[in-house]
Amino acid sequence: MASLKELKGRISSVKSTQKITKAKQMVAAAKLRRAQAAAEAARPYAERMSSVMASLASRVSGNSAPKLLAGTGSRQRHLLVVVNTDKGLCGGLNSNIVKAAKVKARELIAEGKDVQFYLVGKKGRAPIKRDYADRIEKWFDTSDVRQPGFDEAEAIGDDLIERFENGEFDVAHLVYPVFQSALAQDPTVDQLIPVPSPEGDADAAASDAVVEYEPGEEEILEELLPRYVKTQLFGALLEREASEQGASMTAMDNATRNAGDLIKDLTVQYNRSRQAAITTELIEIIAGAEAL
Amino acid sequence: MALHFELVTPAKLVRSEEVHMVIVPGTEGEFGVLEGHAPFMSTIRDGAVQVYKTAGGTPENIEVRGGFAEVGDKGLTVLAEHVEDAA
Repeated sequence: MASLKELKGRISSVKSTQKITKAKQMVAAAKLRRAQAAAEAARPYAERMSSVMASLASRVSGNSAPKLLAGTGSRQRHLLVVVNTDKGLCGGLNSNIVKAAKVKARELIAEGKDVQFYLVGKKGRAPIKRDYADRIEKWFDTSDVRQPGFDEAEAIGDDLIERFENGEFDVAHLVYPVFQSALAQDPTVDQLIPVPSPEGDADAAASDAVVEYEPGEEEILEELLPRYVKTQLFGALLEREASEQGASMTAMDNATRNAGDLIKDLTVQYNRSRQAAITTELIEIIAGAEAL
Repeated sequence: MALHFELVTPAKLVRSEEVHMVIVPGTEGEFGVLEGHAPFMSTIRDGAVQVYKTAGGTPENIEVRGGFAEVGDKGLTVLAEHVEDAA
């Protein structure tokens, strides 16, 4: 049986933990709203981009298609771009992302492909390093900025495209969480490079038949593809931000509630032992008085 | 007599308004877009997009970097990676 003093200490320590989790929950709730607004604001750009891509890609095909669209012709070396968060306290989010990445990696390795990792965000490093220490290409650090913006996406995109052009890999996959709600963030694996041919609907292609291009369709496509890759990365960063805050809010809400339950139990236990101590003391006094 | 003009960056929709004319710095030269322009697509070089709210008025300059312009049935859409808004 723990002593009264020990119990008191435990109660106060759980209380201060609860204060932290509660504060973190409120911060996450506020940041979630901002992250969601940012994700929404980025949508028009992404939509325009993919509709333009769809109409262009359907026109430029065959041998003239740029390498970013057509691929290197081989599918041997794969690069997994894994987007994790920089901070913890967000429940199972990071381990889910890492799990999805590892499933994909195992699948590819089983097919006899070469797999490399390109890690974005701090929290994916340790768990992936444990299993695939020799396969990590690079860590991209996003922890020094408060909110990752397009500049980060641009830096990652430029780096990836350079590696692709140097022939360091054939296919790149992007692993990132998709924000569904504060309760659900699904880790998703998408092919990033070569850019998967967007499914342009036939109507759009037909109505665009008279569009004039300057300089030319291929030149525009060549300019557009790197942008498209960056937009995808930017989208992934925004999704990550929203997912992190959502998961954090939920996890911290649970933690706060658990701490509350624990405090209640401990207080009951504390009062019981206090009463027991008083009763024992009284019995001792009474027994002592009777003995006289 | 109005052209629907949209200026979009990855971070947000900067402009969405009805204007008279927009002059876009295309890679192969500047071009002005009025209402009813034929469908057209061009990459743009870094420079200022000039927005004329009314005919003969003074243009508003918006510096853009990296992107392309698309003219369709819905008007002119400029997608730019970076925008330095004077306003």
